[in-house]
This record gives sequence, C-alpha cells and structure tokens, in this order.
Amino acid sequence: MSNVHRDDIGSKLGMWLFIFTEILLFGGLFITYAVYRYLHPEAFHLASQELDVPIGTINTIILLISSATIAMSITAIQQKKKKLTLWLIASTIVLAAIFLINKYFEWGAKFEHGIFPGSEYLDSLGYGDVLFFGLYFFMTGLHAFHIIIGMAVLGFMFYYVKIDRLTFDNFQLLENGGLYWHLVDLIWIFLFPLFYLIA
Amino acid sequence: MSENKQHDAQKSYLEETGGRKGIFKWILSTDHKRIGLLYLYSIMSWFFIGVTLGVLMKLELIAPGITIMGAQSYNATFTVHGVIMIFLIVIPGLPAVFGNFMLPIQIGAKDVAFPKLNLLSWYIYIAGSILVVSSLFAGGGPPDTGWTFYAPYSFKTGTNMLPAVLGAFVLGFSSILTGLNFLVTIHRLRAPGMTWLKMPVFPWTLYGTAWIQLLATPIVGITLLMVIGERIFNIGFFDPAKGGDPILYQHLFWIYSHPAVYIMILPAMGAISEIIPTFARKTIFGYRAIIVSTLAIAFVGYFVWGHHMFTSGMSGTALFTFSILTFIVAIPSAIKVFNWVSTMHQGSISADVPFLWAASFIFVFMIGGLTGLILGALAVNVHVHDTAFVVGHFHFIVFGGTGFAFFGALHYWFPKIYGRMYDRAWAKTGWIIFFIGFITLYGPMFYLGIRGMPRRYFDYLPDYHGPNIISSLGALVMVTGFVIIVINLFKSARSGEKAEMNPWGGTNLEWRIPSPPPLENFDEIPTIDKATYKYD
Repeated sequence: MSNVHRDDIGSKLGMWLFIFTEILLFGGLFITYAVYRYLHPEAFHLASQELDVPIGTINTIILLISSATIAMSITAIQQKKKKLTLWLIASTIVLAAIFLINKYFEWGAKFEHGIFPGSEYLDSLGYGDVLFFGLYFFMTGLHAFHIIIGMAVLGFMFYYVKIDRLTFDNFQLLENGGLYWHLVDLIWIFLFPLFYLIA
Repeated sequence: MSENKQHDAQKSYLEETGGRKGIFKWILSTDHKRIGLLYLYSIMSWFFIGVTLGVLMKLELIAPGITIMGAQSYNATFTVHGVIMIFLIVIPGLPAVFGNFMLPIQIGAKDVAFPKLNLLSWYIYIAGSILVVSSLFAGGGPPDTGWTFYAPYSFKTGTNMLPAVLGAFVLGFSSILTGLNFLVTIHRLRAPGMTWLKMPVFPWTLYGTAWIQLLATPIVGITLLMVIGERIFNIGFFDPAKGGDPILYQHLFWIYSHPAVYIMILPAMGAISEIIPTFARKTIFGYRAIIVSTLAIAFVGYFVWGHHMFTSGMSGTALFTFSILTFIVAIPSAIKVFNWVSTMHQGSISADVPFLWAASFIFVFMIGGLTGLILGALAVNVHVHDTAFVVGHFHFIVFGGTGFAFFGALHYWFPKIYGRMYDRAWAKTGWIIFFIGFITLYGPMFYLGIRGMPRRYFDYLPDYHGPNIISSLGALVMVTGFVIIVINLFKSARSGEKAEMNPWGGTNLEWRIPSPPPLENFDEIPTIDKATYKYD
C-alpha cells in the first residue's frame, strides 16, 4: 500500500465537512421543532412532562462517558498501548448498546400507553401533542440510527487496531471515527434539553 | 528498465486496465477519469428516458384535449421527466462528469483526494437512479406530484411516491460526497505554485458548487426523509389534518432546491469561462471579478428560495425581502456575462464548435436570466405564477444554461478525453439544428404564459393552439439536432482522427499532457509559476 497517497489533514478535513452536513441534516428538524413549539407552546410544555427525565439523564451521562472513552482510546493508541486502546473502543461500543437498551424501554413504555405516530389515542390528544411526539420519535429515532452506524464504525476501528492497520503513527481513521462519535453525542446534547428539560 | 518506465508513462488511462477485464475495468476503477466517464454514460442513458418523456408531453400538447394521453398519465409524465432531469442529470451533470475528469488535471493532481469514496458516490448515484426509474414501473403507477413532491399530496396519493422520494434522498448522498471530495481535493491537492488566484475558473466554480452541495443538500435530505416518515408512519409534520404545516414543507424544500439551481449553473459558467478565452485567444477579462461573482452567487443563492412561494402565503416583509434578494443575485450573473463579452472584445476569435456552444449559451442564458427578473418582481409574479412562462424561463436557464454548457464542454474536452477529434461539420450542423429547435420549443412558452396558459395541464383552451403547435414542432427539430450530435460523438469516439495534445491552443494544464491523458495524469507534478489563461 506504499504507493497509496496518504493525507491525514485532508482526511480530517473531509470528516469535519461530513459532520457539518450531519448537523445540517438535524438542523432541518430543529427548525421544524422551533416552528411547532412556537405554534403550540402550551401543548409542548405538557407533553414534555410525559417524558422520563431520569432515563434521559442516565442516557446523557452514558453518552458523555462514551465520548470520554473514545477520546482516551485515541490518546492510548498514540502511546502505543494497543490493549488499552482496544479496551476503550470496546467500552464505547458497550455504552452505546446500553444507551439503546434504555431507549428501547423508554419507547416501549410510550407504545404501551398508546403514544406512537399514527395511533388513535395520540391523534385524539390534539395538534401540539401529535407534533411533539412525532418530532420526539422521529428525532430520537434518527439519532438512535446514528448510534447504530457509529457502533458499526467503531466495530471496524476495533478490528483495524487489532490487526495493526491502525497504529501509533497511522491512527487518523480512529480519530475520524471518534469525531463521528462526538457528533452523535453532540446531537443528543441538544435533543435532551429540547425534549426533556425545557418547560 | 528506464525504457520500460517510459513506455508505462505514455500508456493512456483508456489502455491502462489495472489487470481487470470487460466491464470491471470501468466499475471497479478508482481512476477519476474513468469515473467521470461512468457518470457521462449513465447520465446520457437517463437523459434518453427524460427526453422521451419530454417529447411525449409536447406531443400531448400539440392539440387541445386528449391527444395521446389523459390527465393522470400526463401528471406522471411531467413528474418523472422532472425528477429524472433534475436529480439524475443536471445536478450531477457538469460536476460529476467534467468535474471528475478535469478537476484533478486542471489543478495539477494525480487524482481526487478520496478516490474510493469517488467510486462509491457513483454506486450511490446508480442506486438512487434505479430507485427513481423503478417508480415508473412498480406498484401503484408512476408518481404524479411534480418533481417538487409538495405535501400533503405527496403522502396522500396512492402512486409510487416512495421509490421516487427515497431515490432523490439517496442521490443527495451521492451529491454531498462528490462535493466533499472536491472541496478536500481543491484545498489539499493543488500543485506547487498554484495559489488560489492562479487556479482556473472551472475549478473555482466547482469549489463554489461543492459548498452548495455540502450545505444545502442535507436540508432536502431531511425533508424527503420526513415525507417518507409521513407516508410510512403517518406522523403529521406536513398534514394540516394533524396540525402540520404544508407551507413549512415548501420552505424546507426550496431552501435546498433553489441553491440547487446554482449547483447546476455554476459549473456551467465555469466551463464557458474555459472555452471563451481559448477561442478568443485572450486572457480572460476580469478574472477576480469572475471568482468573486462565483462566490457571491453561491452565497446569495441561499437566501432567495422564497421567490418560489410568492403566492403560497408569506408576510409582506418576507415577500419584499425575497424579491429584492432575487434581484441582487442577478448582479453577479450579469458580471459574468460582461466578463465573457469583454474577453471576446478585440480577441482573435475562431468560431469552432465549442465556441458556438458557448456563444449560444450566453444568448439563451441572458433570455433565461432576464425572464427570471420578471418572475422575481412581486406584482408580475402573481400574474405569471405557475404558468407556461415559468416553464419557459426554467428551461432557458437549466437546459439552455446547463445543457448548452454541457454540450460545449463535451465538444471542448472531447479530444482530450478520447484522444480523437469529432467531425466538425456534423457537429456544427447538429448545433445549429439543436439551437433553432431549442428556441422554437421554449420561446412560445413565454407568450403562452403571459396569455395565461397554466403549466402542468394536459389540456388547454383552443386560443392557445397556435403557439403550442410551434413549440411541439420545435421539440422535434431539437431532438433531430440532438440525435445528430450524439451519433457524431459516438462514432468519433471510436474512429475519429487522432487528436493532438492541444488542438484548441488552450493554456491550462489539461492541454499540456497527452490526449488521452496517462493514468496518473502527470509524470511529474507540475510547478505553476504564471497566472492562468496567459497567452504569450
């Protein structure tokens, strides 16, 4: 692979640009949220109280820790600590899985109460609730999808570190994976207050 | 040994197969030149479908009442025509074909920054294209919403919306990745000495385009995803019955789809800016003004989307703001026209095929641009909104602008791409027939629109019959020209006479390497020491 052109700065630049597009993707949803919140402040206020703040808080903490572990893995690989790197990537993936399990129970509880897009019960609640929960499921769902993609990406990183394709002097791919993971984290940092906290 | 090396270096990219055979030397190659041609061939194939649908529409409109199809088929025809032409052809058009082929060469690089990602973009493009085209055949009938997918009809109609919308979403990904690739390429891979202000205009316009692709496409991506959510989960974002706001859909859609017009036209302007100095034998006039106006178009183009919605319901302040911004965005376009004309002034012009395309581009682009100002004026807009006038304006800009520039670029770079020259007499014949057909086809639409003929109707009042006959005949003339052009190029690519390194006397880097270029473009990365477009 020696003839392959390698440009770490270019690769990082590409990743940042991609992250930019991801933020804009969610940006469209944030605009929609802002418009409908402005139109139905009362209903949004009441609906947000239906959400489970403790689970949301726990999930926020889990994601913050996972961001820390992936950041530490990038430092670890530079210090040639391969075992520690693998361990840190693996814990990031495990934390992501715990996040999804919590999400599953949280969504499940809503479904049990008849709150899901298109349900008769939700439609009977009024415009504000329909839109709030529509946005809630759509945005957290799209975010969960990004978590799954992120887990797959980190899975590849784990494998690449294991077979020494990523090493202390060639770790840009791991750093890009880490950047992506921080993005997933960052989006949640916005979703959490928007849905759970603002009243 | 050294002799061997010499031989290797001179092998062209078309002969260098990387050990692959048949179709695999194309679909597995990460060479930017082969990927550019992959795009060219796929875009051309879809273009045949798009043209066929367009001709069917013109045949339907040749007489009032049902001529060859009824209302539902007509709705489906203009929808699929629009989706294919916009998302499959003009948006990728110049950047994906000539951007891929010429960008690395013009900035003195061996390839784009991410060659594998480049090939992946093509695969995503093909996947999206197949989804879109499959909506024609599968399930509940072809989509009938128009290419704009306006809510709430787009999730209420029983037709095949899902593959079309999903296809447009997937194509957006391809567009984003191409833009990202070009941005990093331009930032990182310019040859030594090629400072920003020594870069030719075509890469500059690709740079502006890439930013639009990157910043605007995600918005339409999420909007289309929301429409998919509406269709599958019945969420209610844009459904008035559930409190959703259909106007919000229109805003989100046009926040992308207006800048998308500049994705189409900026690289077209870039190609024209390459052709004109070459055939006028003169340094381009006002290089910096062209660069600045390119970036100005890319920037201001973001803030004019509301002019698609003047009759949808907006506050007076918003209407006024969008209208004035629309007028402002016309200024940098006009600057470019002045630059091209000034470049020709006192030049020694040779009216060869690419120049004819470029000159006719300026002509139709000006008509398209000026009618755009008529549409941007609030009071007039109410009168001509959603009439044939809009269709005429749009086709003058997008087909007359981007399409003419595409053919111009194809005739300009053809000898470089294939190493062969086409038959110039036939190329000129094709061009003049195409040009006459084009004006005859779209010209009457302005008149019809002013007289009040609505767009997207399969039927019309007998009063409108005359201009519609002219327009339909124009379509047939234009298609004749198109067929001549394509046959000429197709034959010449196989058996035209060999082209030399620099058949037109161009000054940029692509004319300093063999035709067709070797696999790695340059034996040695060149060093740039003088301004671009300098004639000694």
